[in-house]
Amino acid sequence: MRSAITPAAAANLVPDGATVMVGGFMGVGSPHRIIKALVVRGVRNLTLIANDTARPGVGVGKLIDAGCVSRVIASHIGTNPETQRRMLSAEIEVELVPQGTLAERIRAGGAGLGGVLTATGLGTMAGEGRMVVQVDGRDFLIEPALKADIALVAARSADYIGNLVYSLTARNFNPLMAMAATTTIAEANEVVPLGVLSPDMIHTPGVLIDYLVERPQLI
Amino acid sequence: MDSKELIARRVAQELRNNTLVNLGIGLPTLVANYVPPGLEVYFQSENGIIGFGARPPEGMEDVHLTDAGGAFVSARPGAVAFDSATSFALIRGGHLDMTVLGGLQVDRHGRLANWMVPGHLVPGMGGAMDLVSGARRVIVAMNHTQKGQPKIVDELTLPATSLRPVTLIVTEMAVIEPTETGLVLRETAPSVMVEAVCAATGTILVVPNDVGVMSVGN
Repeated sequence: MRSAITPAAAANLVPDGATVMVGGFMGVGSPHRIIKALVVRGVRNLTLIANDTARPGVGVGKLIDAGCVSRVIASHIGTNPETQRRMLSAEIEVELVPQGTLAERIRAGGAGLGGVLTATGLGTMAGEGRMVVQVDGRDFLIEPALKADIALVAARSADYIGNLVYSLTARNFNPLMAMAATTTIAEANEVVPLGVLSPDMIHTPGVLIDYLVERPQLI
Repeated sequence: MDSKELIARRVAQELRNNTLVNLGIGLPTLVANYVPPGLEVYFQSENGIIGFGARPPEGMEDVHLTDAGGAFVSARPGAVAFDSATSFALIRGGHLDMTVLGGLQVDRHGRLANWMVPGHLVPGMGGAMDLVSGARRVIVAMNHTQKGQPKIVDELTLPATSLRPVTLIVTEMAVIEPTETGLVLRETAPSVMVEAVCAATGTILVVPNDVGVMSVGN
């Protein structure tokens, strides 16, 4: 059993300048309450690692709007004109990574691997500056692992020790990120008693979760 | 029939029974509307699902169930959800039978550019590089020209998505197959002349004697 913290307390665990992984895909499966609290707290100079930057006002797009982010590592920013504007005016530095490579780099970070080998991006701009190795006569890029200071993840259900279950396409990067950071903070739509989530259905073991955000407030 | 529907209907003729297929955002999404009767096709969305279906009725959307464009979808019986690493293992690992993607340019080697226009548009590659590198068959569904300029060109002037050639190019004018000996004109759209296709193409097309007419199904 652990105690739950407020979204504001979660936001206070994220220092200015931190490298932060945030789960979600176009805002689906993002920890919306923690994001909101980060905007309220006015965190600055984050390096944001996320699949995309959603849209203005949506998901991690709120962090972009509020000027919390100075660097983005993502696969896609095309749906957020604000990210593009800030990139062109050099307020935000953007590293674009193929989506599958981003997923594997994060997975490697959480799995104790130095990186992964992939053919994706070979000979393209995405492969510039990467080392190429041959395995069985095929060329691969060496893609280094990604780790973060903080991972912020969202789930459908959490139990009292932080075991997590995700819902449908809201899973996306969350389970990968939950393993790849020094400190992992989770928020869930519901917090249920131990035993409600059966061992076979749990996606992320609670031992990976350092802090659990309290259940949503009743309206 | 508008050009988008024509392209989508022709691409749908490439679908095979019991295969896993990923449709890109935009025009490729329309292909799902024209699956030939009797075929069971499993559609993957790279945000983590196989077996998604049409958008649910208004007010019944699940906020945790969208396609890769962020649009609400439903899940068909037998659907399965997974994380992004699994999703791309399916794509890269040779498990994806076919992908359909939009294109900005394809060159005479069959190489696709579809993820950025330097200085203008830098949306990012999303899953496109993995899809072109990993899918067994890569079909480009796009308009033949953009503002009168050919999109099928001699050499890419835009950054490549992958060095791997695509399998087939389907436009509102023609079906073109990249081969070792160049781009081969396989079919023309109904009432489109071979000469018109060649004139709208920015590189040499190999024109066999038996160029067919695009089949668009029922």
